[in-house]
Amino acid sequence: MTGTLLKIVGLTKAYPGVVANDDVSFNIQEGEVHALLGENGAGKSTLVKMIYGLVKPDSGDMAFKGTAYEPSEPQEARARGVAMVFQHFSLFDALNVAENVALGMAEPPKTRELAERIRTVSEQYGLPLDPWRLVGDLSAGERQRVEIIRCLLQDPKLLIMDEPTSVLTPQEVEILFATLRKLKSEGTSILYISHKLEEIRALCDEATILRLGKKVGTCTPREVTAAQMAEMMVGNELHRPEREPTTPGDVRLALKDLSVASPSQFGTSLKNITLEVRAGEVLGLAGVAGNGQDELLAALSGEITNAPGMVVLDGTEIGAKGPGPRRRMGLLTGPEERLGHAAAPNMTLTENALLTGAEREGLMSNGFLKWGKAKSFAEAIIDRFDVRTPGTETVARALSGGNLQKFVIGREVMQRPEVLVVNQPTWGVDAAAAATIRQAILDLAAGGTAVIVISQDLDELMEVSDNFAALNEGRLSEIKPAKGLTMEEIGLMMGGAHGMEVAHV
Amino acid sequence: MDFSAINPALLIASLMVAATAVMIAAIGELITEKAGVLNLGVEGMMITGAVCGFAVAVGTGSPFLGFLAAAGGGAVLSFLFAVLTQFALANQVASGLALTLFGLGLSSLIGQNYVGIRPPPTPRLDFGPLSDLPVVGPILFNHDPMVYAGLILVALTWAFLKYTRAGLILKAVGENHDAAHALGYKVIRIRILAILFGGACAGLGGAYISLIRVPQWTEGMTGGVGWIALALVVFASWKPWRVLLGAYLFGGVTVLQLNLQAAGVAIPAEYLSMSPYLITIVVLVLMSFDRSGAPASLGRTFHASQ
Repeated sequence: MTGTLLKIVGLTKAYPGVVANDDVSFNIQEGEVHALLGENGAGKSTLVKMIYGLVKPDSGDMAFKGTAYEPSEPQEARARGVAMVFQHFSLFDALNVAENVALGMAEPPKTRELAERIRTVSEQYGLPLDPWRLVGDLSAGERQRVEIIRCLLQDPKLLIMDEPTSVLTPQEVEILFATLRKLKSEGTSILYISHKLEEIRALCDEATILRLGKKVGTCTPREVTAAQMAEMMVGNELHRPEREPTTPGDVRLALKDLSVASPSQFGTSLKNITLEVRAGEVLGLAGVAGNGQDELLAALSGEITNAPGMVVLDGTEIGAKGPGPRRRMGLLTGPEERLGHAAAPNMTLTENALLTGAEREGLMSNGFLKWGKAKSFAEAIIDRFDVRTPGTETVARALSGGNLQKFVIGREVMQRPEVLVVNQPTWGVDAAAAATIRQAILDLAAGGTAVIVISQDLDELMEVSDNFAALNEGRLSEIKPAKGLTMEEIGLMMGGAHGMEVAHV
Repeated sequence: MDFSAINPALLIASLMVAATAVMIAAIGELITEKAGVLNLGVEGMMITGAVCGFAVAVGTGSPFLGFLAAAGGGAVLSFLFAVLTQFALANQVASGLALTLFGLGLSSLIGQNYVGIRPPPTPRLDFGPLSDLPVVGPILFNHDPMVYAGLILVALTWAFLKYTRAGLILKAVGENHDAAHALGYKVIRIRILAILFGGACAGLGGAYISLIRVPQWTEGMTGGVGWIALALVVFASWKPWRVLLGAYLFGGVTVLQLNLQAAGVAIPAEYLSMSPYLITIVVLVLMSFDRSGAPASLGRTFHASQ
């Protein structure tokens, strides 16, 4: 540690109705891996966007290597030696790796030269990449490599990483960490944003903790426990869902050799999936994003139909039936994308409650809608799941992501499903609300509902699942009891490092 | 029936002329759509270009100034679309349709005093003895400058998209505007430039009809060519050389059916007249089965939130 690289003093940024960052100050030393820790909505993203020049702070100062630093746009930040690996939104599917890298550089060399440099640098850091492949064909881990290589080619002094491991298997995480440690040993500082505590303890030298936009503490991750960090992050004791042991009943839902071609060009087709879920059972399905989760959900909800015998609900073959009949029979689903898929953005909460609840909640008679009843259904969801909204007549897009998530999951749970399938049920939801949602899922199971939870959050799956399996390139691994599984076994079920080479560093 | 009157060399030469207007307009729209903007106002920009070019060419006596004015007129009209969709965040489909209706009305207003006038003729490029070569001469060396300009435009557009950094940035903006914004590219500015280019090209295409192809001004004289240009871009999978191919096919069938009508083929003239539209669309639909190329952000409104 030779000196301070980036000094942040009193950074404040307010949006209408919410203060995203309130007087945040901290320093990043040269050659240090600094963690920025906080729940969703704590203001981490806004803070790094200010450092990267995408957002202008309302007040406060930054100094980079001792001189004033006020980037007005990302080019300026890059010119000073600040690079950022985004969580999403920054690759172009239809362009190849080299073109994607060139777009992130101020003055890229000739394509052939650039491709050569991509090959060299990617091998040097143990992240092999073919510069001519289309980004749309790459796995999530490989896409992240493209972003990292794009940053490394500019020789950054500070590398910002926004939740880099949320899309990786445990093995891929190891490869990434080896790369980051090598960078650190070469003197590059890293600002590492995450809410995964064990990772931070394994990698980071210092940590700054944010809660509701304010800095609430600092610590040296190696010297504290994960529980202590979690407490600083959340601010109160967490309520862990309670599991009442149940004996599984009859088979409610069975998939028999389900194969589905993906409707999207860059999607994953499902290959020969066979599984059974019994009454009272929660089946957890892990898998890195883009391994067939969306397709599986669509095949179960009825958005994609297939041969009748592939999906069997309570002994009835329903594979060829659309979403309406399946809902009527009690197979309810909650997709991952809440805005635009689970909820219609410009419709009110009452209208959205009607959209999936009309049949089972009797919100309709002879083709006419019962608005009064729909409204009380929406109110009941809002009450039970603590959805923070001005009222039932607010449009869905006006709700924050976490609140809308509570609403769309609550809407399905409240319809007393026979079988419930949810994808990423607690994505972007704060810890307390996530616990509520998980508890609701467990309560349903205790009442005899068969539940499939698809999630990328392994901790969540281990918490709620009776049985556990993973999706990998559209195939389902063996289904095993969740109890007693080790992280390593899970990683192998998820497909190891996806056949990617392990780091040689 | 007398097919001997149909000379293949002359047929090819005239199909190149018939294809030029739709080709230039389609190339402009291709660039606009590559930047992620769907401008359905091509027909309106073409007819506006046609009348602007006609008026200026008649007024100054110079076809060259006429074409310049046509490009300007088309660009000005497209700027209206740019303001509506990029700043006021209006719906692109509705704005484009309105632009077509507005352009048709505006052009008849401007063109009131120009009906029945002949514009100054556009000289053909002089290739000397090359023009007198048999077969090759009439096909390659006996055209007006705009035919060659159109071909050069296709080649330049192809090279721009494939080899230049600016072309790469344009594609990036059309592919994923959020990512392009995150990397610090000026999405709105790039899109406005692309819209203006599309407008200028549509104007040129329109003026080609009023100054060279038909040489006169009548209301609504573009007759749906702008819509064909739009369809051409989609069915050509956003690839410049396929636009050229589609335009020549359209031009070819147009010329051929006129020749067949003249030769007195026993098919009702109405069927022959509709054949260019039908055949072009059927062939391009078959060609577009590989669904590559559609810019992923096409038609989506960009708003830089946060």
